[in-house]
Amino acid sequence: MASFEPVLLRNRGVEGSTTLKVYESRGGYQAVRKALKQTPDEIVAEVKKANLRGRGGAGFPAGVKWGFLPKDRKKTLLCVNGDESEPPTFCNRVLMENDPHQLIEGTIIAAYAVQAQTVYIYLRGEFHEQFHILQKAVDQAYAAGYLGKKVFGSDFSIEMYLHRGAGAYVCGEETGLIESLEGKRGWPRIKPPFPAIEGAFRLPTVVNNVETLSCVPHIIERGADWFTGIGPAHSAGPKLFCVSGPVKNPGCYEGAMDFTVRDLIEREDLGGGMMDGKHIKAVFPGGCSMGVLSADELDMKLDFDDPRNFGLLGLGTAAAVVIPHDMDMRIVLRNMARFYGTESCGQCTQCREGTAWMHKIATRIAADAGRPEDLDILLETARNMGMMPGLSICGLPDGATFPIETIVKKFRSELDESILAQPRGRAEDLLKVLN
Amino acid sequence: MSWKAIDRNQPVVEKDAAPVLSDAVRDKIRSFFPRYETKRAVLLPALHIVQNTLGYISWQAMTEIAEVLEIHPSDVMNTTSFYTHFWTHPKGEKVLTVCRSISCEAMGGAKMLDTIKKELGIDEHGTTKDGRYSLVTEECLAGCDHAPCLLINEKMHKCVKAEDIPALLVDVDNDKLSMERSDLFDPPSEEKGKQAASVGQDSAIGATSDVSEMREAE
Repeated sequence: MASFEPVLLRNRGVEGSTTLKVYESRGGYQAVRKALKQTPDEIVAEVKKANLRGRGGAGFPAGVKWGFLPKDRKKTLLCVNGDESEPPTFCNRVLMENDPHQLIEGTIIAAYAVQAQTVYIYLRGEFHEQFHILQKAVDQAYAAGYLGKKVFGSDFSIEMYLHRGAGAYVCGEETGLIESLEGKRGWPRIKPPFPAIEGAFRLPTVVNNVETLSCVPHIIERGADWFTGIGPAHSAGPKLFCVSGPVKNPGCYEGAMDFTVRDLIEREDLGGGMMDGKHIKAVFPGGCSMGVLSADELDMKLDFDDPRNFGLLGLGTAAAVVIPHDMDMRIVLRNMARFYGTESCGQCTQCREGTAWMHKIATRIAADAGRPEDLDILLETARNMGMMPGLSICGLPDGATFPIETIVKKFRSELDESILAQPRGRAEDLLKVLN
Repeated sequence: MSWKAIDRNQPVVEKDAAPVLSDAVRDKIRSFFPRYETKRAVLLPALHIVQNTLGYISWQAMTEIAEVLEIHPSDVMNTTSFYTHFWTHPKGEKVLTVCRSISCEAMGGAKMLDTIKKELGIDEHGTTKDGRYSLVTEECLAGCDHAPCLLINEKMHKCVKAEDIPALLVDVDNDKLSMERSDLFDPPSEEKGKQAASVGQDSAIGATSDVSEMREAE
């Protein structure tokens, strides 16, 4: 397979890539100059034509999202979603760390397209180093006249502010992010109204992911046809893939959405295969919330559609973590259950209680005190949570059930064996202490 | 399981106490007003600034933030208590944040965490007696390609092995950043230098941990 010429990551590894000077010397800020000569509607049409699907996890086309804004709006806000909290995803971090100006340029173009004069970049609280880099880049852009009043000599003015979160996974959900921006708990809102109609401060608001916006300058510069020419039709454009766990070259890679999970782990120019002495037991191919693949299902294509054929929720963030053969699946189950138990915001009952109980059950199973019926209880709980049965406000509980359901279903025999092999009476003893 | 008595007879906010937020801090918070449509939206930046200045957000500080933002103190507490990064009791000079998500767990994060606990003699959410370190765990720090990860204040340490921990903990520069810092959320310049470990006589209460209680039950 021909090696992919990086687009989003083209400045990674270049010395001084975070500075305005280096970014401009490599062709930066040309797309925005081109964009400002067009009308906003032309840009929206171009991005729609490119079928730029949101990179944050849901895969909703960005151009269509922009099209939902009411025509007679007075003021519009644009929020950049940099609350990358999905384990094991780090592609936004890599983008912000290495090429902050690419994000700023994409954001200016998107803001012009939706006529937003105020932009908030929501950064998760854990991103300290990235905050300093990005703030420095924003300062440079202001100093150069690329942000502020009448940018690039046009009539368009834009203000860009960084807003830092403080440790909440749910703030990556767009309405949770908006609530957090307003200085409240990051509790997702009931939709409709969708943010495009009534978002932050009750104004029409667009929320886009960092990676999505980083694609925008390239679409404007090279055209929608170039973009749709990369990868399959339903999943066009360059995409960042992350791979972590015990592989030889963990990291963030760029490519078209035309290869499989096996390629991501084993190809020399990608993951480079497993570390010596380790074999693949399972893979979470799209961030934890999408669910797990067993070692026989590695031929899943990493695009927006194929994951559904393997019982997964979707492509998610396309960040794979490999579980090695010597890791107990009960530990993985506990880790997943704990994550969602901790991060549930507590608004909807079935998610608050369900994730907490799944965590308790998984902790007990991992502590050698599982009961044979526990696995069925986990499945039953999972079936009764989330947006799909229509019980919750946001998708967090759906994200919580998929990993647990898929682990229990695909690794049932291993879990059953572990439960049967544990010391007799252990479950009863521990239950007496705990209850 | 052992119980600790906390004195609840003293009011948490003393009515006539001297203000904890200086004018410089209040002005810095007000300087964020033009950025947002409402004053309440400045709450998160305000909490970051106050925490960076005082070390933690006391009840008194919450009421004073409410004053500056012209909202009710309970609104401030409501938001503060939702976010895990805000400390409502004193913390150590440096906060160690250990990632416990799946990539780090697969690469030996639990062993690293155990080593830190043993070295410092504290459990999760605990603070050392001398006030130098507090220890917390967090979900994914987005450094999975360099698992396991450890955050010391703002500095991310990558691929940390359990055997590196003792040397890392005695290194005085272990929280020094390699890039230029932005002072947007830092204390105002007059307040700089005053900040130190906020841990005080209450550290015994600060070190209680539901995690250790659960362990004891096991």
